[in-house]
Order: sequence, then structure tokens, then C-alpha cells
Amino acid sequence: MGNVSSVTNLGRSGVADWLMQRVSAYVLALYTVVLFVFIIANPGMSYDTWAGLFGQTWMRIVTLMALLSIGAHAWVGLWTVTTDYMKSALPRFLVQAACGLIMFVYMVWGIQILWGF
Amino acid sequence: MNSKRPVNLDLGKFHFPLPAITSILHRVSGIIMFVGVAFMLYGLDLSLSGEEGYGHVSELLSGFFAKLIIWGILSALLYHLVAGIRHLLMDMGIGEELESGLVAAKVTLAIAIILIVLAGVWVWAM
Repeated sequence: MGNVSSVTNLGRSGVADWLMQRVSAYVLALYTVVLFVFIIANPGMSYDTWAGLFGQTWMRIVTLMALLSIGAHAWVGLWTVTTDYMKSALPRFLVQAACGLIMFVYMVWGIQILWGF
Repeated sequence: MNSKRPVNLDLGKFHFPLPAITSILHRVSGIIMFVGVAFMLYGLDLSLSGEEGYGHVSELLSGFFAKLIIWGILSALLYHLVAGIRHLLMDMGIGEELESGLVAAKVTLAIAIILIVLAGVWVWAM
């Protein structure tokens, strides 16, 4: 069904989706490994160390970048899974819309956390 | 259609090849993390709300169910990360053939299981 155009995928084309999936994957892999190393290198970490890390402007920006990457990555992934397993258009659209809404809530919540403490 | 085609509907004889299982687990772990983000954001929010909130997160993490949830999310994350790196290697043309693909699937599972066990030890030692 290569010629069926879709309006619900993120980049309007498979190649754009593929690229966004990869770019966000690299961002998330790096962010995850760096955060893991930081937590493991600081056993019994104090509040000051933890809040000090997330209080840095660069950490807020990098974390926001990771959050945006989660949004793009999860959208492409969930779109792929829902289009594979849900053949009926309306329920599929509703599930995709719900996923999009959850993503939006995550994004707003994340920004509030990062810039609100 | 040729009605004499061999038909095998004995479901007990069907089995997924290993690369298919790693692929499905990649999807399942992704969905688990999509839900898990809510728990992680809740934890981040609470841990950054002040000394008291930070202490409350530490306290939560000493409970069995919180440990189970964190280990579950970490397991999904670690599996997804390892299987994802395999995909990035495949983008570079590594592990794409039938044989190397099977080896890559085995290596993915082995590394993921080791990391998940280590994460479990870590979470319960916290």
C-alpha cells in the first residue's frame, strides 16, 4: 500500500518520519546514558546536587530537547504500531488523538517542572 | 485458487523467529515507556519541589511497589535502548543478513537481560 497517502504521520513522508525517529533516538540515547552516569556517579545524592543539576540553564534546555524528542519519537512509534494493528480508521484516529493529547500534557508538564522550581 | 495447496493451521507448530520477538519487545517496551513518562515526570516534579519533596521521593523508592514500577520502566528503557542501538547499527548496514540478524537478535537479548538484572540489583540496593 505504498501509494496510500496518510495525514496522521508526523513528517508527511516515510523518509521524514524515519529521519526524525533516528535524530530523536540519538538525542534520547545520549541523554539517557549521561543522566545514568551522573546518578550512578553520585550515590546517596543530596537534594542540592540534584536541584543544582536541573537548575543549570543548559540542563533545562537539554532536558526540554529530550522531552521534545520523546514527543517526536513516540509519535512515529505509536503511529507505526497503531497503523499496523488497528485497521479501522475511527478507533485508530481516536487512539492516535489520545496519544497526541497525552504527549501535549507531558510537554506542558515538563516545561512547568523545568522552569517552575 | 489451488485447493490442493498444503495447509498448516497447527498453531503449535508456528513460532516467531527470534528477530521477530526482539522486534515485538521493542514495540512493547516503547509503549510501556510512553506510560512510564508520567511516573518519571511525577518523580522529577516531586524531587525538584524542595528538600521535603526530594526526601519524599527517596522514601517512595524504598517501597516495594515503587521499586517494582521503577524497575519495570528501567527494564523497558534498557531493552528499548539496546534494541534501538541495534537498529542504528542496521542503518549502517551491520547485522542485516539472515545469519548476522539472528546473531544480532541474540546479542540484543543477552545484553538487555544482563542490564535489566543489574538494574534490578541497583534498584533494590537503593
